[in-house]
Amino acid sequence: MRALTKVFSSGIFAAARGSRGVQRGMLVTGLILTAFFVLMALLAPLIAPYGFAQLQIGKTYFGSQQPPSAKHLLGTTVGGMDVLSRVLWGSQTALLVIIFAVAMSIFAGVILGLVSGYFGGWLDRVLVVVADAVFAFPSLLLAIAMSIVISGGRSGLFSGILATSASITAVYIPQYFRVIRAEALRCKTEAFVESARVIGASHVRIMFQHIYKNSTRTLPLIMTLNASEAILTLAGLGFLGFGIDPTMGAEWGYDLNRSVADVSAGIWWTSVFPGLAIVLVVLGITLVGESLNDLADPRLRSRGAANLDEQEIAEVVPNA
Amino acid sequence: MKLGFIKSPLLRYLVVRFLLIFPTIFILVSMVFFVMRAIGDPITAALGGRLSPAQLAARIHSAGYDRPVLTQYIDYLGQIARGDFGRTLTTNQSIGEVLATYGMATVELTVYSVIVALVVGIPLGMLAAHRRDTKTDASARIFGILAYATPVFFVGLLLKLVFGVLLPILPIAGRASLTDELLISSVPGATGFYLIDALRTGDPALILDVLGHAVLPALTLGLLTAGVFMRLVRTNMIGTLNNDYVDAARSRGVSEYRLVTKHAYRPALIPVITVVGMQIAVLLSGAVLTETTFEWKGLGFELAHFLSARDFVAVQGIVALLAVVVAVTNFLVDVLAAIIDPRIKY
Repeated sequence: MRALTKVFSSGIFAAARGSRGVQRGMLVTGLILTAFFVLMALLAPLIAPYGFAQLQIGKTYFGSQQPPSAKHLLGTTVGGMDVLSRVLWGSQTALLVIIFAVAMSIFAGVILGLVSGYFGGWLDRVLVVVADAVFAFPSLLLAIAMSIVISGGRSGLFSGILATSASITAVYIPQYFRVIRAEALRCKTEAFVESARVIGASHVRIMFQHIYKNSTRTLPLIMTLNASEAILTLAGLGFLGFGIDPTMGAEWGYDLNRSVADVSAGIWWTSVFPGLAIVLVVLGITLVGESLNDLADPRLRSRGAANLDEQEIAEVVPNA
Repeated sequence: MKLGFIKSPLLRYLVVRFLLIFPTIFILVSMVFFVMRAIGDPITAALGGRLSPAQLAARIHSAGYDRPVLTQYIDYLGQIARGDFGRTLTTNQSIGEVLATYGMATVELTVYSVIVALVVGIPLGMLAAHRRDTKTDASARIFGILAYATPVFFVGLLLKLVFGVLLPILPIAGRASLTDELLISSVPGATGFYLIDALRTGDPALILDVLGHAVLPALTLGLLTAGVFMRLVRTNMIGTLNNDYVDAARSRGVSEYRLVTKHAYRPALIPVITVVGMQIAVLLSGAVLTETTFEWKGLGFELAHFLSARDFVAVQGIVALLAVVVAVTNFLVDVLAAIIDPRIKY
């Protein structure tokens, strides 16, 4: 994991230095949006004016579908909760889901990919066919099936977060699996693996020491994709009523589901704000990922950066 | 598989690719079966609390859910092989009937949105590649990323707010007005594809009504995919515009417009075919959410309905059916790509 964070952060800094013009703008915007989202999630308990399920102060109820006012800056929902507070608390749920989902998918995907690529044989063939089948399947449907099994639908904050993350994990394992397997296939014929074997290194050591550390170059890109897909899947599940119970935690997709009827009545504040929150977070993470991808692909790098000499290109694409 | 007796490599590839459909369907159907069976029997999930324990036990026994899971599994595979995806618990229809009633609505929505996606995505991608690193390119790319970053149902809600409430010019729910819906479904030999049926009546008011209802859902689902196409066409176009033959054409004095629309565009479009096929999975996920947002009574709308009714037999049936659809579509797309693009290795 430490090696991974190192690759990720050094990748971002190298990217920020190497980028220019539009691409630098995209990367910096993405980083700012993402940082803002993480801060919002960390500080939610301090900056949210009310609790995510709070309905009243003392004996006075907030009231249902109140338009934005000084007391409720973004209005109240149909259930009589403060929209601003739910948007802020919702970022916490989203961040937790991202962390769990990405960590679990990397863990499972990397191990399966290494074993499959390194040993090959019938296990490899079976895993590849299974991964392809899962990969081609509509991800939301798979996530729905998983969440029915794990939590039977609705659940509390922590179990809900775990259930959603596990559903997303099931969908994203194939992506990590494919990439790591391909890298393992590439690495295992290299001289350094051969030499490790000659001096008697075990299979486990070769896989996790020698091959794994040489296959992390594409992981940051998949991680950003995985993180933004995780938010969209979480919101999709919430929108279909398979999210986290509203009294247990705030979740943007659930709030949007409750606002469908409001929209026809012209009540816009219950849907626009949670929706914007999703868009900005996904946008931020995607911009970071896009920029990393462009900078790693010499064909797509901006023209300003395109007349690098060979040495620099070799630096951006290691082992090229 | 060697299949040495088939001489043509293309034909050999097609046969192998066709045979691959079956393990794919088998894996997906098995996964869905075991995942859904892990929650216990579906009858208790759907009707528990509404029936007495004795009645429940009787229902469970008559449906065979008290047998060993493996026996049920083998039975289920047999059923699927005969094309029988089971019966819903809450409405007691066969999944085949559900498909016959609602399938065409989903097909109609998907066709419209693929059209929207191609019409918006391809020209935008070509423009962005041609004006690379300018403001046009940046805006097109931001559109592409926004189209991906915005959940379909949020796009739907925004469009509903703008065109249904602020500027009430378009209908925001259903596939047609109530009276027109009756007219359309009573057309002899109705296909269920409302536009086709409306065209056959030849009544312009009816056609306009059907088209009007389709605009917002088609835009919602289409824009999601338009972003993907735009990015793909842009990337490929940048690659082909760098080719020697394009330089050669340019040095002969071919105009920039002609370069983009004639020389560079064909090779850049071949990957779009493959991606249209891969987008089927995305479109189906999106259709569930779009149909729910716009009360578009298709398979996705029904799936969401069965989910909230906790009718997991119906859910399992529809999901397994969609698995078959996805596997077959992917096969067809691969075949098409292999026939069109001589460079594909098989």
